[in-house]
Amino acid sequence: MTDTVIRVEGIGKRYRVGQRESYRALRDVLSNAFRSNGRRKPKDFIWAVRDVSFEVKQGEVVGLIGRNGAGKSTLLKLLARITRPTVGHAELHGRIASLLEVGTGFHPELTGRENIFLSGAILGMSKAEIVRKFDEIVAFSEVERFIDTPLKHYSSGMGMRLAFAVAAHLEPEILLVDEVLSVGDVLFQQKCIGKMQDISRGGRTVLFVSHNLGAVRTLCGTGILLRDGIVATSGPIDTVTAAYMDALWQGTNSHTVTIPKPPERCNVWMESVSILCNGEPNSILETGDHMSLQIKFRSREPIQKPIIGYLIRSSRGENAVNANNYFLPSANYPKPVTQGTIICDLGDLPLMAGSYSVSFWLCRNPHEQHHVEDVLHFSVEEKDIWGNGALPTKSLSCLWWPTQFRFQRTNEPIRTLELPAPRLSRPGR
Amino acid sequence: MTAANTTNILNEPPVLRIAPPQGWWEVDFHELWQFRELVYFFVWRDIKVRYKQTAIGAAWAILQPALTMLVFALFFGKLAHLPTEGLPILVFYYSGLLPWMYFSNSLTNATAAITQNQNIITKVYFPRLALPISAVLSGLLDFAIGLLLLIPLMAYYHIRPGISLLLFPAFLLLAVLMALGAGLWLSAMNAMYRDVRYVVPFLVQFWMFASPVAYASSIVPAKWRWLYGLNPMAGVIEGFRWSLTGRGDPPGAMIIVSLLMALAVLATGLIYFQRMESTVADVV
Ligand SMILES: Nc1ncnc2c1ncn2[C@@H]1O[C@H](COP(=O)(O)OP(=O)(O)OP(=O)(O)O)[C@@H](O)[C@H]1O
Ligand SMILES: [Mg+2]
Repeated sequence: MTDTVIRVEGIGKRYRVGQRESYRALRDVLSNAFRSNGRRKPKDFIWAVRDVSFEVKQGEVVGLIGRNGAGKSTLLKLLARITRPTVGHAELHGRIASLLEVGTGFHPELTGRENIFLSGAILGMSKAEIVRKFDEIVAFSEVERFIDTPLKHYSSGMGMRLAFAVAAHLEPEILLVDEVLSVGDVLFQQKCIGKMQDISRGGRTVLFVSHNLGAVRTLCGTGILLRDGIVATSGPIDTVTAAYMDALWQGTNSHTVTIPKPPERCNVWMESVSILCNGEPNSILETGDHMSLQIKFRSREPIQKPIIGYLIRSSRGENAVNANNYFLPSANYPKPVTQGTIICDLGDLPLMAGSYSVSFWLCRNPHEQHHVEDVLHFSVEEKDIWGNGALPTKSLSCLWWPTQFRFQRTNEPIRTLELPAPRLSRPGR
Repeated sequence: MTAANTTNILNEPPVLRIAPPQGWWEVDFHELWQFRELVYFFVWRDIKVRYKQTAIGAAWAILQPALTMLVFALFFGKLAHLPTEGLPILVFYYSGLLPWMYFSNSLTNATAAITQNQNIITKVYFPRLALPISAVLSGLLDFAIGLLLLIPLMAYYHIRPGISLLLFPAFLLLAVLMALGAGLWLSAMNAMYRDVRYVVPFLVQFWMFASPVAYASSIVPAKWRWLYGLNPMAGVIEGFRWSLTGRGDPPGAMIIVSLLMALAVLATGLIYFQRMESTVADVV
């Protein structure tokens, strides 16, 4: 018996481009047939995954990284048999479970108890297995009290916890995980990472996709870097993440990024995002520069309050800054619009020198969001903040906090603050 | 082969081969059987959700055919005087409506089976056939509940089912196979072309008038009766009436034609569905 559990040989998947390959209305098919009078337009194809080969040994935890559209999800879907390859083949030894989102198969009308059974069965557990683990799942989810309440009355956090509890009790020999850690609050993410660590120590083989390089580094031993569908680097995780970072920051002063059209079910979507430094499109900034983010969006139906959120992440994978206007009562349009531009004014940039990426999400309500991970990249250059040639210690943290240091004698009474808060930017820059 | 060898084979983890789709027949009944619990859970979910969303739940399963029966009895029976094969008109219409409603509801549910579950289809693997199959099976509960009303109805008119009742399960099976065959075609087409969903109600309506629901097939000349059987639902409905009430002639050549037709639709449906299956996750 060999200990290679996944063997992939020259696998490739081709999609039709333009908008994503999507279902057609019969009407379109008919009208196209008439319009093109017999001649069919040559089709454009892209290879989402191309000529990918690798092997994974029993018990290895492999991180799959790469930029947006590199083909990570497509590769997982091929291995999970959700979609079939165009060429090549693969061989997997053992029971497989795929975790491409949390809460697969949940139905809002059913109770928590019923959903555990349904989702468990859909993810590949047998009924006996679910019955056996039921109490454990409920305990892990911490929603005992609501277990007989329909899911539609759950808060989204509770639903997520229940969903993750089910997923965490899967016991496949091979686990394929796609970015489930990027949802939920920080505590939840921490819990997920903890559980993932347990799973990987349990000798299971895991293929793990994430943009969170920190998590990838702690969880995975080896990695595969995909670029435009092909394997760019593979090997020990540190070399792979390093290669990824290098490639990412190499000559990327692209201050504006156009976003490919999302799937049909998105009702509002972003068309392009850009980064502005002191009012000019630019992705190279200095600490204290005035930074803003600009999002061009469209909506299927007129909307009055688009909800936008952003997250700035450092190259080490730490989440540095995030904000959204969900709870802001006033940030909206006077009349509903179907397209527009949103500007997020961040003010003076409190970030240390380093490389950062920005992720965005846009929605009309929190349940159907258009989410783009790490689309924009910018770098913050060293800056002589105090004008004395010394630089802030960027190795310890990525936020630069304009702290005031006051010094007083031991028996002096404490003075209240009278000075105005210091500004970061030099006047008249 | 030694015992040690055998256990070794059993302990060897299942090997899964992934390759491009090839050939026109890849339907894997063995795998489908392994996923039978999932089919059970889909059926269970469909029934639960359907009854939770309605105020009177299972009572609809009786009300729907019963009210239609009254309308049919009034317009087709009393006003148009269509013949009812010597059966009391209420029994005649109800015993025709039950299988018909099972069929039309199953067809509608099966059509939507793929598109309504697209969020699952794009996230996990299971044989996609499980979806239309469970759509067709979940209608059986409604059918069974509707059958309950037939008992007092037949008792009232002193109709006692005879030995022909033994063939009832066979006709039921034929109805299930036909619903599945047509459902496979429609669900696969609906995944590719969303307007199929709008066509189905018309299709169901026309189909009903081409089936002996509101009239008896005896109005079709005996010479052409077998041709009429090309509509498998004709054989099913006639068979239902005959097996439940024992009145009239057993459907002969017609049922053979219906059976062959149903099997043909099912086989071609499987082929078409499976061709769609390999790309469905990319297009829904
Ligand atoms: N169903 C589809 N039809 C057409 N094109 C598709 C489809 N799914 C993916 N693609 C394309 O294939 C490419 C790879 O997509 P994929 O989702 O695998 O990227 P990814 O690496 O997972 O990106 P992300 O980091 O954003 O999740 C993209 O260009 C995408 O537009
Ligand atoms: Mg992805």
